[in-house]
Amino acid sequence: MKDTNLSSLTGYQLKEKLLSGELTAREAVEGVFAHVEEVEPIVRAYLLLDREGAMRKAQELDSRPKRKEGLGLLAGIPIAIKDNMCTSGLKTTCASRVLENFIPPYDAHVVERLKEADAIIIGKTNLDEFAMGSSTENSAFKLTRNPWDPKRIPGGSSGGSAAAVSAGTALMALGSDTGGSVRQPAALCGVTGLKPTYGRVSRYGLVAFGSSLDQIGPITRDVRDAALLLQVIAGRDPRDSTSADVPVPDYLKEMEKPVKGLRLGLPREYFMEGLNEEVRRAIEEAVKVYKGLGADIQEISLPHTPYAVAVYYIIATAEASSNLARYDGVRYGYRAANTQNIIEMYSRSRVEGFGREVKRRIMLGTYALSSGYYEAYYLKASKVRNLIRQDFSSAFEAVDLILCPTSPTPAFKLGERLANPLEMYLSDVYTIPANLAGIPAISIPCGFTRENLPIGLQLMARPFEEAGLLQVARAYERETEWHLRRPEL
Amino acid sequence: MAIIDKKTIEHVALLARLELSEEEKELFASQLGNILTYIEKLKELDTSQVEPMAYATATKNVFREDTPRPSLKLEEALNNAPDKLQDFFKVPKVID
Repeated sequence: MKDTNLSSLTGYQLKEKLLSGELTAREAVEGVFAHVEEVEPIVRAYLLLDREGAMRKAQELDSRPKRKEGLGLLAGIPIAIKDNMCTSGLKTTCASRVLENFIPPYDAHVVERLKEADAIIIGKTNLDEFAMGSSTENSAFKLTRNPWDPKRIPGGSSGGSAAAVSAGTALMALGSDTGGSVRQPAALCGVTGLKPTYGRVSRYGLVAFGSSLDQIGPITRDVRDAALLLQVIAGRDPRDSTSADVPVPDYLKEMEKPVKGLRLGLPREYFMEGLNEEVRRAIEEAVKVYKGLGADIQEISLPHTPYAVAVYYIIATAEASSNLARYDGVRYGYRAANTQNIIEMYSRSRVEGFGREVKRRIMLGTYALSSGYYEAYYLKASKVRNLIRQDFSSAFEAVDLILCPTSPTPAFKLGERLANPLEMYLSDVYTIPANLAGIPAISIPCGFTRENLPIGLQLMARPFEEAGLLQVARAYERETEWHLRRPEL
Repeated sequence: MAIIDKKTIEHVALLARLELSEEEKELFASQLGNILTYIEKLKELDTSQVEPMAYATATKNVFREDTPRPSLKLEEALNNAPDKLQDFFKVPKVID
């Protein structure tokens, strides 16, 4: 076997090696699984590995002529999928006891797209149960560790996907982002994470959490790979009525445009109390890079930012309490044994199947929607949500993009924030506003702390301006080498 | 202060069909109390002139032709059932 250490390659680079004949798809898969055997016992990113399916796909690809026109955009790229997206015939658990044995009879839209693009799906990654959490510690099955420091959390809820890409056990991954669940783990693991505009990517087959907030996005080793993966998954799908009928540009091409003259806004509310000093300095250095590239930097205000977390924890939990009502133990999922009547069956199945954070959020959401409280909580939150959206639309009259930190702190230690749910919720303070407003945002690596922990830079743009996001992110990446650093495992 | 008592927790748990343990009732009463106290800060804002926003994009109704399409096969639909009888999902007694 040739040297197939893929842990330093991007998906795009690997595909070029396949097309040139330097590497076969089979060698790529064998290389990834050899690396998995080495580092997965430390990182624990996967809930399921499908070696057999991956090998089958690789052999099928290798038997086809290596002509560009005959192969899909992601040909031969080993990719991991967060375990809340349905994969036909492969268990999809949402890291919950409730779906421990659930085998979907169909593929999510994004999974169909990956298959059509000739990607090689290698496994399903760990997450906070039903994507509820910021550390992946709410998984019912295992703790995933940060590849940069295994005593620390990888972020969440797409912690498994971010850790796998960072550790090199996948070249690309899909995550889902309801309040920062793609961007925050990407920042904490030193990789790139993109949350598209609400409606850019179909949610068909994504297990629902907060339906007005959820969006699937790429987690990759650089911006070019994020563009490549977004290209494949973006676009209208009639099976998700909220997926938008907006043309999908050529992201790889648009991404290479220069940023000279673009106006970047620094929201002052994102640089206040609670921001770690090392993170602040890294962002300030990034701003200097953009100044050097000829971008026009302005201070802006998003005045309702301090209310975003409060709004989110009403809206997301209200939607979750409604979405998770389907887990009643009737048609699929966990059912409690020996129950006497149907109400007891529902109530015991749910209390035994769901983990504590999920129950806490169902309780909060049910309370916020219940008679007598709806106006004070849900309706009030929906109005403040509109104010937050208006903050962004006003800001985007003065600037083209917004630049800020992704997470107020680098990765924290396992167990550190478990006792206090509110403290855990506040770790999403910079990512939540983009979900509430429905706008696209990306996190890219922009430095390391003294303890060698990655720091993420977040960019936000107007709805459906992913091309602009990628362009500005790519310009930074060309000037810096943070994205090339890999953890030593 | 929005303090939630045990009675409220029990009412909400019934609505949510969660048969909580005594320990969970106490834990959630205290934790939800803390979270709701934090959420009280929304009251600082005057929203009397603000429209509520339910969706991130300007969504209007999306219609399609009402034509029959293939759906899941019976066997596929029953594959994940915790309990079944012939072609049906089986559940405990619903009516006394």
